[in-house]
Amino acid sequence: MKRTLLVLLTLVAFLLVLSACAPAPTPAPTAAPPTAAPKATEPPKPTAVPVQPTATPKPTEAPKPTTAPAPTATAAPRPTPPPGRVTVEFWFGLGKPLGDVLEAVVMDFNKSQTKYYVDAIYKGAYPDTMNAAIAAYRAGKAPNIVQMFEVGTATMMAAKGAIKPVYELAKETGITLDPKIYIPAVRGYYREGENMISMPLNSSTPMMYYNIDAFKKAGLDPTKPPKTWTEVRAAAKKLVDTKATTCGLTFEWPTWTQLENFSALHNVPLATKANGIMGMDAELKFNSDLHIRHLQTLMDMGKEGSFKYGGRDGAATVLFPSGECGIIHASSAARARIKNESKFEWGVTFLPYYDDVKGAPINSIIGGASLWVMNSPGRTADEYKAVAEFFAYISKPEVDARWHQETGYLPITHGGFEKTKADGFYQKNPGADLPYQQLTRTQPTENSLGLRLGNMPEIRNIVYEEWEKAFQGQQTAKQAMDNAVRRGNEVLRAFEKLYK
Amino acid sequence: MQRRAVFNNRILPYFLLLPQLVITIVFFFWPASQAIYQSVLKQDPFGLRTTFVYLDNFQTVLSDPLYIESFQVTIVFSVLVTLFVMSLALLFAVMADRQIRGAQTYKTLLLWPYALAPAVAAVLWMFIFHPSIGVFGKAINSTGIKWDYQLNGAQALLLVVVASSWKQIAHNFLFFLAGLQSVPPAVIEAAMIDGASAWKLFRSVLFPLLSPTTFYLITINLVFSFFDTFGVIHALTHGGPGRSTTTLMYKVYMDGYVNLNLGLSAAQSVILMIIVSVLVWFQFRFVEGKVHYT
Repeated sequence: MKRTLLVLLTLVAFLLVLSACAPAPTPAPTAAPPTAAPKATEPPKPTAVPVQPTATPKPTEAPKPTTAPAPTATAAPRPTPPPGRVTVEFWFGLGKPLGDVLEAVVMDFNKSQTKYYVDAIYKGAYPDTMNAAIAAYRAGKAPNIVQMFEVGTATMMAAKGAIKPVYELAKETGITLDPKIYIPAVRGYYREGENMISMPLNSSTPMMYYNIDAFKKAGLDPTKPPKTWTEVRAAAKKLVDTKATTCGLTFEWPTWTQLENFSALHNVPLATKANGIMGMDAELKFNSDLHIRHLQTLMDMGKEGSFKYGGRDGAATVLFPSGECGIIHASSAARARIKNESKFEWGVTFLPYYDDVKGAPINSIIGGASLWVMNSPGRTADEYKAVAEFFAYISKPEVDARWHQETGYLPITHGGFEKTKADGFYQKNPGADLPYQQLTRTQPTENSLGLRLGNMPEIRNIVYEEWEKAFQGQQTAKQAMDNAVRRGNEVLRAFEKLYK
Repeated sequence: MQRRAVFNNRILPYFLLLPQLVITIVFFFWPASQAIYQSVLKQDPFGLRTTFVYLDNFQTVLSDPLYIESFQVTIVFSVLVTLFVMSLALLFAVMADRQIRGAQTYKTLLLWPYALAPAVAAVLWMFIFHPSIGVFGKAINSTGIKWDYQLNGAQALLLVVVASSWKQIAHNFLFFLAGLQSVPPAVIEAAMIDGASAWKLFRSVLFPLLSPTTFYLITINLVFSFFDTFGVIHALTHGGPGRSTTTLMYKVYMDGYVNLNLGLSAAQSVILMIIVSVLVWFQFRFVEGKVHYT
């Protein structure tokens, strides 16, 4: 009997080793390079005229023809930096398949270079990459470039000394990184005054996707998707009442789509000081009547069965391609995933708004990540030059356009958008230009520039918690919003105190 | 029964202990001392500004109603997991210990869940019980019961308890089985000759003889549910909905890793360390005295 047990124990040990070797579960990719022919039939008529870019892109070098190889998704070992080249480390947090596109961009940069080399290393999801970079900085081994999600912006910006702002990088290296070539709504998120602090890379904005087949089944006109919240609610209710879908409306990244972008769209402050961009002493303001009214609408819709809360962060995305929910508010970068996974016709349109709010809707805000230059002991001027060259490279219209087309992220430069338009990409992929239009349809106000709130991830979690309690019927919409603002302000004050 | 190894060399025993000591120091004492040091500091994530704040972090933590809430969640969670795991593991062990056909297969199969990483186990459970894409989740909803652990705190807690227990049952099962198999057959035969029923045999002979195992497992399970259930909670509920599955350990992670408040997080780790130490001490001091060792 002892021996049997010994055998069993050995087996367990063996299985443990096996399971440890298995790759960790990665969250489902939200987008893949769009390749297939368009599926959406009738692209909704744009309700706003695209803002014409005011500045002409000024690439620092003559554009070289990029013999762009398709991003081969092979797990080949990382190429080693060639000897004699100035090598900089670039840590990123973009999983497959988007990360593959990023690596392909970096590889092309390396091929175009004889002097510099960027070594791109995947460090896990954004929070993991952030923690890795912080730990590395504390150990004096920070990477030259780190990709950081947008909600980490305040933390990075406050880390004076640990980072080198992009405008300083441009000044020191003499390499032009003209802020004007970047889309204002993208640049605005990562700037201080007129100066760019970090380099935009992957930006997305939430859109409304709807199931055309279900719309037809419910007797709704798919060529006229709902525009206002009243219409969305009516459509969602009809979808459920006619049993076209079991759930009418859902949304991913609840705070991003229903609070942060909601505030921007209606030109109401999420927080004072231009949502924190003008100073660390910002106070949260999202318990206004309009915000409470919106949560109440969602709660009412939940009660009548036309809305389903699909969970935190990206948990709800699956509810749309599965056919369960007829309408979803999701990232523009979810487009490729929806295209690949949906077995029905779908359309995309702008986020809805309350039409009795004066001036609404204005431009939406972005999410995603940007690139930060990190300081560390023993950095050479050449290394900074390599970083600046790399930034100039990814800002080129053709590189940006390819990034936009293959990932579904927004173009970061006006040039990238124009190039994509010239390529005929939007004709082949109807609706793919709507995110750009929604983002640029008005000049950003101080409520729609972006957010820069200390410990934003924590504030998002607080809002999740309070909303979930409200959706469960444990508190009223007003209580939820008041609690979230009160707790969120405590977070902001603690953050402020840290840097005083 | 007591055997004692005698070493003639004075250094050899220390030398043999060295690998374990090194591991303990590097992976336990060193991080623990760092946590204690960090718990009295206020520091930005990059370590650019550091202030010594005495016990401010502890005061903040202990006066936070949300911390007390997490404490309650942890107690409920740990007690449920321990009860669940031990009762089922004991049941399975008693079953598998009998002379039945294919006992060996059952034993092996029952051990499999233990080989899974917590996060993987949790993902499996998610695919089973997700209200929209899970097989059982959908089935439950179609019976008319509103099952949605993403929005129902009690259901979420139930799910993480069951998922955590499922993983831990294998471990407990193994120990109970070993315990049962080390019961001398003579004792069992004597009881049977005396005409004891199966229940009586279990209640008066086997269970008391298992008490060292039971005692050990209670400690292990409490420590497990305090410290080792992070992966399941993280993959299934992220501590939600609301804060209904935010245990002390999950709060440590959130404050340290997501909210980047190292001082606060370290203070909570220290408190957690004290709680578990007290728990273990209490068990050894008061419970062990009532345990029968063979």
